[in-house]
Order: sequence, then structure tokens, then C-alpha cells
Amino acid sequence: MGKKLLFKGNEAIAEAAIRAGCRYYFGYPITPQNEIPEYMSRRMPEIGGVFIQAESEIAAINMVFGAGGSGVRVMTTTSSPGISLMQEGISYLAGVEIPCVIVNVMRGGPGLGGILPAQSDYFQATKGGGHGDYYCIVLGPSTLQELVEVVFLAFDLADNYRNPVIILADGVIGQMMEPIEFPPEVDISKLPPKKWATTGAKGRKKIILKSLFLDPEKLENHNLHLQKKYKRMQEKEIRWEEINTKDCDLLLVAYGTAARVSKKAVAVAKERGISLGIFRPLTLYPFPYNQLKKAVENGRAKGILVVEMSLGQMIEDVKLSVEGIVPVGFYGRTGGVMLVVDEIIGKAENILKEVM
Amino acid sequence: MEEIKKDKEIKTLEDVVTHYCPGCGHGIVHRLVADAIDRLEIREKTIGIAPIGCSVLIYNYLNVDFQEVPHGRAPAAATGIKRAQPDKVVFTYQGDGDLASIGTAEIVHAANRGENITVIFINNAVYGMTGGQMAPTTLLKQKTTTSPYGRNANIAGFPLRVCELLSSLDGVAYLERVSVSSPKNVMKAKRAIRHAFEVQLAKKGFSLVEVLSQCPMNWRMGSIDSVRWVDEVMSKTFPLKKFKDVEIS
Repeated sequence: MGKKLLFKGNEAIAEAAIRAGCRYYFGYPITPQNEIPEYMSRRMPEIGGVFIQAESEIAAINMVFGAGGSGVRVMTTTSSPGISLMQEGISYLAGVEIPCVIVNVMRGGPGLGGILPAQSDYFQATKGGGHGDYYCIVLGPSTLQELVEVVFLAFDLADNYRNPVIILADGVIGQMMEPIEFPPEVDISKLPPKKWATTGAKGRKKIILKSLFLDPEKLENHNLHLQKKYKRMQEKEIRWEEINTKDCDLLLVAYGTAARVSKKAVAVAKERGISLGIFRPLTLYPFPYNQLKKAVENGRAKGILVVEMSLGQMIEDVKLSVEGIVPVGFYGRTGGVMLVVDEIIGKAENILKEVM
Repeated sequence: MEEIKKDKEIKTLEDVVTHYCPGCGHGIVHRLVADAIDRLEIREKTIGIAPIGCSVLIYNYLNVDFQEVPHGRAPAAATGIKRAQPDKVVFTYQGDGDLASIGTAEIVHAANRGENITVIFINNAVYGMTGGQMAPTTLLKQKTTTSPYGRNANIAGFPLRVCELLSSLDGVAYLERVSVSSPKNVMKAKRAIRHAFEVQLAKKGFSLVEVLSQCPMNWRMGSIDSVRWVDEVMSKTFPLKKFKDVEIS
């Protein structure tokens, strides 16, 4: 770890990507993440990297495809409507198994929505999003320190699994400033070679990066191969945080910015004599289903309150996790309206009244 | 005159059975691309991009690395490849639906950036793989499965002339429209395709060769009639000419 630096979230994403070995960035301006392409346009020429402002998010994700298929570490960033445009490309990236990092600094939707923070793209990110049976690894950091560490992790996971990785941030994380320490810089020359990349058929057979399988059995086999990979992710890559999950009356489940507000709610509730715990998934895909269930089984919480900056998306995975063993309530604000600590505590009290 | 190679002498051309329909122009153009790659000795450093359409299977015929990308997005993916590997030769092979309809944004902006890539653009005035629907390049009054009364400009607009459209862009180094309707035209097309790669090797910027290509199956014509149609009808709307060329020193 180096010295502490005060960084804005969006710029921290950009600098962390460069230090994690990303030398290729393609993007299209959209609020609230414009500091990332701006930062990249300054920094990439300094270090011999490539910054291109694409003509659209559609072009940006396909530039990512070309560069990722060339075997380099590559990133694009956007906000919610931009991700919708990228879904076609993301499906192809997943089908062809090209590693890349995609950052969604979420804003309120649907449609043009607004430019203020939201978490309403959870379904889109964690359930595939585009067409076909596929998943992206999805990481939902809640502090800027975690954000920069997650950027490094995202590039490693993308390479290890040959899979797109989505960092699901939001406008709060993108726009806020916090002190951070960057992990040690990655030496690109020491990264394992990508023998599957299209680099010219010199001294080897030609390589074709494709997702077309006209023979149905071959396509099914390709899909089964992808599913095996997703299973490996579920076995090895689930990450989460637990705070006071054993000795609490009620368990809050939240990720990203919603988890930050929830932590504050836990502290305020404690002063009022209410014992709350937090289960915070960091990997939203693969989701910590079993881990959450165990946390409930091993603790004394009589219920769960899911807190999201949406009108209820992750709650579906929470319900799948606990399989009805405790009641699951919900508190969410959307459209860029911030979560309110007192409202979280009020909802928690209501659930506790019902179950006690 | 340059010696004409037999198919089996072209290293970049795979010895496989074709899936293209009788009389189709794709096979000829594939061979010309392979021949150019051979003669320029760039097979081991060439990366092609397959489109969506009949020629998505181009990678079965050419012995070079390939990426297969979404419909119309080949110029964007080519940008990514070329920027990551500037010392490699990158080309896209795109049909008229791919390049001139769904991919108009990508082709215009790749050309306008002066991306140092080569585009082989097959214009056969029809969607081939999906069964003969109207393309942006379908001629006025031409009947297709989605213009059964003939293309009507009041409803469907006019045939899109890609070379004319791109010729105003400063990033474009070389633009030529050719056809493969006769031995003479094939030889011209051969020179144009090879030149397009030479422009890229000389780092001069964006190069595109538009090839008027026959699609007898979807034109509902015999092979002979279809090449005649290219010469007598299609090339009236799409004149064969060189639109732009930079000097290679």
C-alpha cells in the first residue's frame, strides 16, 4: 500500500484501472461518470495507453471487444442508459469469453430517468442483461477504498475466468471524495499470456473468436461449458461482509451506498436500544445465497430488512437465500432520492413489532 | 502481367467446400482477399473481422485469425484491435445490411477517425442470409421480399451510396467501387483489394473497397443474368470508380 490520497470516486476508478494494468479505454460521455473519460483522456497519452471517445456506447463496447480479443486489459465505463445500449456487446463478450471490465455508475431510471444516484440496474447486471444464458461477475463496492481494490480484483477475475466483470457503482460513489490507498501497481509484462487471443496466426493455427454455433448440440455444449465456469465462480469467488449478524434482532441486507447508509442506521438504532446487524454482499453475481442463509441460521435475527436505492431488486435474491425461514421486509428510495436513516429504523421497528 | 495462382497455391485460402450459393460473388471476393494477403506476405499478422450475414463464415475459408462481432459493429471492433495491435493488419468484411444499415454509425466514425484499417464492403443490394429482404442499397423499383411491389422512394427512401457518402471525410485514404461481374472486373477488383491493404501497410489511414456482387438466389435470376444485371443495371446507380486515393511513398 502507498500513501493516502484524496480522490473523487470516478477519478479513483480511472487511476486504479491504470495501476491495475489497463492501457486501453473506450467510452462515451454520460453523467454521472464523465470524470472517468476525462481523466483517461489526460492520463493515457502520458503512459503510452489508448483513450478513444467512441461515437456511442454501442461502438465503445465493441472497441472493448476488439481490444479484449487482442489480449490486453481493457475497460469501458458508463451510466445506466449507456449500459442498456451495451447489452448486445456484453452478451457477445460473454459468449465469446472475452475478459473486460465494465463500470456502471448507476443513475435513476427507467428511460432517461435522472442523473442522481440509484441502484435500479441490479436485475440488468446480475441476471445476464442481454440475450442468452450468461452471467457477468458483478461487484458492488461501498467505500472508495473498497472501490479501488475492486477495480484491481475485477481485472484479475476477468482474466482468470475469461469473462466480463461489471463494477456496479452509483452516483454517490462516483461523485464523493474519500482518502484512498492504491494497491501495488500491476506489472503488465508479468501477467500470464493469453494464448487464445487473436494476435495473428504466426507459428500456430488460426484462432477464431466467435459465438456462432449453428449445430444445436455444439451450442448446447458451449452453454454447458459456460455454466461450469459460472459454477466455479459460485464456489470460489463469493465475497461478503457481516457486521453483528449473530447478536441482532433484525438483519439489514444492503450493498454499495445503501450499505453505507445502513451502517449509520445500525449505529443510531443501537443508541435507541435496537440491535441491528448487516449482511453486505460484495459479489452481487455470484450472490452469497448460502452465506446469507447461514448468517440467519447462526444468528438470532427474527427478520430481514433489505435496503436498496431501488424499489426492490436485490430483495428477490435475499428471499431466495432465506427460503422463508424469516420474514423479509423492504425499504427503498429511488429516482435519486437518498435513503433516510430514520426511515430505515422505522421500517425495522415495524418488522420487529410484527414478529415479536 | 502477374501470374494467376490456382486456388490450392493460395496459402491463405482453406481447401474446403463452399457453403455459398451457385453464382454468388462472395467466393470470388474471398479468393481475392486471400490472394492479396498471400502476395503481401501478411497472413501471419492479419486479423479479420467477420460480419453478420452469409459471409459470417468467412473464417472457414481464410486461414487467418478472426473475430466475429455483432451486426454492423465490425469497424468499432477493428478499431479496438488495431489500437491494441498497431503493427498488425486488420480488415473487416461486411455486407450492405451490416455496413450500410445497422452499422452506419460505426463505419462513418471509423472512417472519420482515419482508422488505419481496411474494409471490404460487399454490396449485393439485398439481405442474403435472411432470405432476400430489402437492403439500404436495394435499387429503386427492385423487388425484394420486403419490397414486393418494388422499392418505392416515397416509402423506403433511396439506395445508399456508401463510397459517395464517405468520400467527403478527411480520414479516408482510399475508396474505390469495383465489381466481380466479369474476368476484367475481377482483375480490377483484385488490384483494388490489394491496394487497400497496401494503404494500411503504409499507415495512410482508412481504406475501403466496395464490391458490387451478384446474389442470383435472392435476385431470382440465373448466374449469367445476375452478372449482366450488375453491369447493365446496378452499376448505373453505383458507378464503378475510384473516389479517393492517397499516394503511397
